[in-house]
Amino acid sequence: METRELICIGCPMGCPLKVEIENGEVASVTGNTCKRGDDYARKEVTNPTRIVTSSVIVEGGSLAAVSVKTKQDIPKGKIFDIMKALKGVKVQAPVHIGDVIVSNVADTGVDIIATKNVL
Amino acid sequence: MYDVIIIGAGVSGAASARELSKYKLKICVVEKEEDVCCGTSKANSAIAHAGFDAESGSLMAKLNVEGNQMMEQLSKELDFPFKQNGSLVVCLHEEEMPNLQKLYERGIENGVKDLRIINRKELVELEPNISDEAVAALYAPTGGIVCPFGMNIAFAENAARNGVEFKFDTEVTGFEKKEDTWIVKTSQGNFETKYVVNAAGVYADHFHNMVSEKKLHITPRRGDYCLLDRSTEGFVTHTIFQLPGKYGKGVLVTPTVHGNTLVGPTAIDVEDKEGTNTTQAGIDELISKAGSTVKGLPIRQVITSFAGLRAHEDGHEFYIGEVEGAKGFIDCAGIESPGLTSAPAIGKMVAEIVSRLAGAKENPDFVGTRKGILDPKTLSNEERAALIKENPAYGNIICRCEMITEGEIIDAINRPLGAKSLDGVKRRTRAGMGRCQAGFCSPRTIEILARERGVDPAEITKSGGNSKIIVGINKDRI
Amino acid sequence: MLRQVYDIVIVGGGPAGLAAAVSAKRNGIESILVLERDKELGGILNQCIHNGFGLHTFKEELTGPEYAGRFIEQLEEEKIAYKLNTMVMDISGDKVVTAMNREDGMFEIQAKAVILAMGCRERSRGALNIPGYRPAGIYSAGTAQRLVNMEGYMPGREVVILGSGDIGLIMARRMTLEGAKVKVVAELLPYSGGLKRNIVQCLDDFGIPLKLSHTVVDIDGKERVEGITIAQVDENRRPIPGTEEHYTCDTLLLSCGLIPENEISSSLGVEMSPVTSGPLVNECLETNIEGVFACGNVLHVHDLVDFVSEEAGAAGKHAAEYVKNGARHPSSDAKDIPITATQGARYTVPKTINPDRMDEKHIVRFRVGDVYKNCYVSVYLNDKRVIHRKRPVMAPGEMEEVVLKKEELSAFPDLSQITVKIEEA
Repeated sequence: METRELICIGCPMGCPLKVEIENGEVASVTGNTCKRGDDYARKEVTNPTRIVTSSVIVEGGSLAAVSVKTKQDIPKGKIFDIMKALKGVKVQAPVHIGDVIVSNVADTGVDIIATKNVL
Repeated sequence: MYDVIIIGAGVSGAASARELSKYKLKICVVEKEEDVCCGTSKANSAIAHAGFDAESGSLMAKLNVEGNQMMEQLSKELDFPFKQNGSLVVCLHEEEMPNLQKLYERGIENGVKDLRIINRKELVELEPNISDEAVAALYAPTGGIVCPFGMNIAFAENAARNGVEFKFDTEVTGFEKKEDTWIVKTSQGNFETKYVVNAAGVYADHFHNMVSEKKLHITPRRGDYCLLDRSTEGFVTHTIFQLPGKYGKGVLVTPTVHGNTLVGPTAIDVEDKEGTNTTQAGIDELISKAGSTVKGLPIRQVITSFAGLRAHEDGHEFYIGEVEGAKGFIDCAGIESPGLTSAPAIGKMVAEIVSRLAGAKENPDFVGTRKGILDPKTLSNEERAALIKENPAYGNIICRCEMITEGEIIDAINRPLGAKSLDGVKRRTRAGMGRCQAGFCSPRTIEILARERGVDPAEITKSGGNSKIIVGINKDRI
Repeated sequence: MLRQVYDIVIVGGGPAGLAAAVSAKRNGIESILVLERDKELGGILNQCIHNGFGLHTFKEELTGPEYAGRFIEQLEEEKIAYKLNTMVMDISGDKVVTAMNREDGMFEIQAKAVILAMGCRERSRGALNIPGYRPAGIYSAGTAQRLVNMEGYMPGREVVILGSGDIGLIMARRMTLEGAKVKVVAELLPYSGGLKRNIVQCLDDFGIPLKLSHTVVDIDGKERVEGITIAQVDENRRPIPGTEEHYTCDTLLLSCGLIPENEISSSLGVEMSPVTSGPLVNECLETNIEGVFACGNVLHVHDLVDFVSEEAGAAGKHAAEYVKNGARHPSSDAKDIPITATQGARYTVPKTINPDRMDEKHIVRFRVGDVYKNCYVSVYLNDKRVIHRKRPVMAPGEMEEVVLKKEELSAFPDLSQITVKIEEA
């Protein structure tokens, strides 16, 4: 049996959560005061994901850089692989919100898209 | 071969250079920093002292009163901010009245004009926020406030205009005496000169002692200050000192020429000649003392605290003259308060000494006036609109706290001895000097500096040397 | 000098200005001008490239630029006029706005109503009185955010952050992702002012320690920062000797609070709250100067941009009504009931409420001065408690709200005072 300790991010309460894991499955969540804590703990110990945001250089536009994000959540462990994949990336203006900047970034199956219009 | 090398581009060195440029002499100012006004001259009380403080008969007293008298005219000729706001030395205890009287008498002896002791009633009329404890004050209408950067830069620019050469990032490392000349060794090579003027501030003892057996000893005496937001303008209108006595020396509270309120300084002797770090104890001391002469000081309006070093020589006197046994080596040492006030007179005295020794002739091409950076705030709205039409850069506000335009910043960069760094721009234009302390404008000022100087933004520094602001590009180390 | 005429001039084209403009237009005003000092609309959102914006407004998580983009789109759709790179220099009591830019030079606009939406600025190192040297390498978190996110420059390699407000936390992650090493985040208070989510996802994810009750006591380095000393503080927030820890680093980021930018408001004669540093407003978000409204971070610093948009929408609507009526609402100002914040509640926006003029329901927003667990938010009409709502936790970093009902206020006999306070269980 493995135990993981987390702080719930659901609200400012910040409940200290204790998650017991048995054979890769969540056996119990304690310390939470509401359902959100339970949901968060289960997701966070089995499949933690994040949205990654950054900015990349844009050429020929009114601004020097364009902000970007992963279109969906990506596995937490892939954060730095994605940053490496964004190193040196340059795009040409115009760029529009939602344009794909890098497809299938770091083999996550997720695209990097622009979050700003740079004309 | 130079006729004169001046060490130091602080206010004494720059004033000396400007006065010497009235003569036909080949002059060079060497400065270890990247700009003028980087040492004691940039961090002080920004006061034009009336002249009652210094011991009667001293050179300090003489040059203080002289400098004070020259200031107004000079501020017009050289276009730097100065205001004769008057100063008050406040007596907080009845039993200390004899000391106030003594100060008054000393002032009279020193030649301070219009000096008088005023009672509490008149004091309150002049300064409604004066402490309830105040019993009387010494009132010196000739006391003033000045922009130290403005004055220093004005002297230097005018000197440059009249042919004086300036070498920055040039640190003097030693001297070699030739028969009738000196070799000045520096980080940028050796230079030969007939005369050396040692206006090196806290380092003046260091250079003096290289050439003289009669040693000087300068202690960097640190003064911490707090600068309050311009929203405090009018809290006090005169420069307010506390009468020194058994209750301590107190700190001054004064308006600045730009409408801030300045509180300070402490007096803490340090070892390090670059030791301009403030300390918690220093700031605490300031804040606790600041309330003794005035009530309700809005200390929460502080926008920055800083420290400067006064070049305190053991003898507490200005040492200006040719050094005994070092022919052609002229000291301008021990220049501590009232050094800023005295600077015009110091420059004049140095120039008299050097020109006499050199037998120099007057420079018929000397131009004694200089125009500062145009401040659009001094124009009417109509004039301002016309200016923007002519040069749109004056329509682009870069520093929103002090309302400084791109036009002013470009002027600061491109004029003689122009700004190379953020601090250089700040001292010349006040961009970054306001309540946000350059938070908003520094990225934009960097952009303008890089563009005007034709360099990469990463090369722009805060104040020269290794004071880089941008250290790389995103992801360059991953 | 050129003088134009507009019904409503909005000072600031950030989230507040944009939402106010769109709302004013949708409430029937055609002649609106937004004045923005930066080179694009969107304000600070343009540099907040992280996600987490818009859950209330758009029911989805957007990044800052995307959130701004939605409102900019609405502004364009509504064909509302705006000027970029334009600084407002002055607003006179009779609502003549003097502004300046490169193209138009100095110009004046006679407005019928003005909406103040200038936002806020960060507290600087100087205002914090942090001792030490003054080298390069000390940035407010927002300045660093602009350099990294909008210009692609690294302001440093090894970083100490003072202040655990959300911008500080967000920048800890951004700097880390871009290749810097964030060594520690020090927070003066015994709790963080940031969201729990940010503490977990910006610090814990990257193993960055958060030291509560710590502050910076010394800055080393004469040219560029070379090291930072932090120390623990006592209950009076004074450093405890002997607890100093030194960190070798080249950068100090400061995230120590935001201050509404009200210099123009002050010179216009707008009455200010010493608590929020923003204008005192009635329930129409109107200041003491008739026809001058305020919204967003210039009014009080918000935690969520969604609330800024909502508040600005209300300001736009009230400004539109003011213009349409040609004057203040006919109901008498004498009926403005003051709202007092006390016992843990630091302030309220609005500061007064007029039962005749108000909508059926009105949200009053406030902040608490400390962390409260299992306490009650109480509202009193004169001496009678009418709201007593249990809150499991309240923190200074998060805005609280209570809803006042017109029916209840109007029916209350001789109502002279509304009080918002925090009460123990």
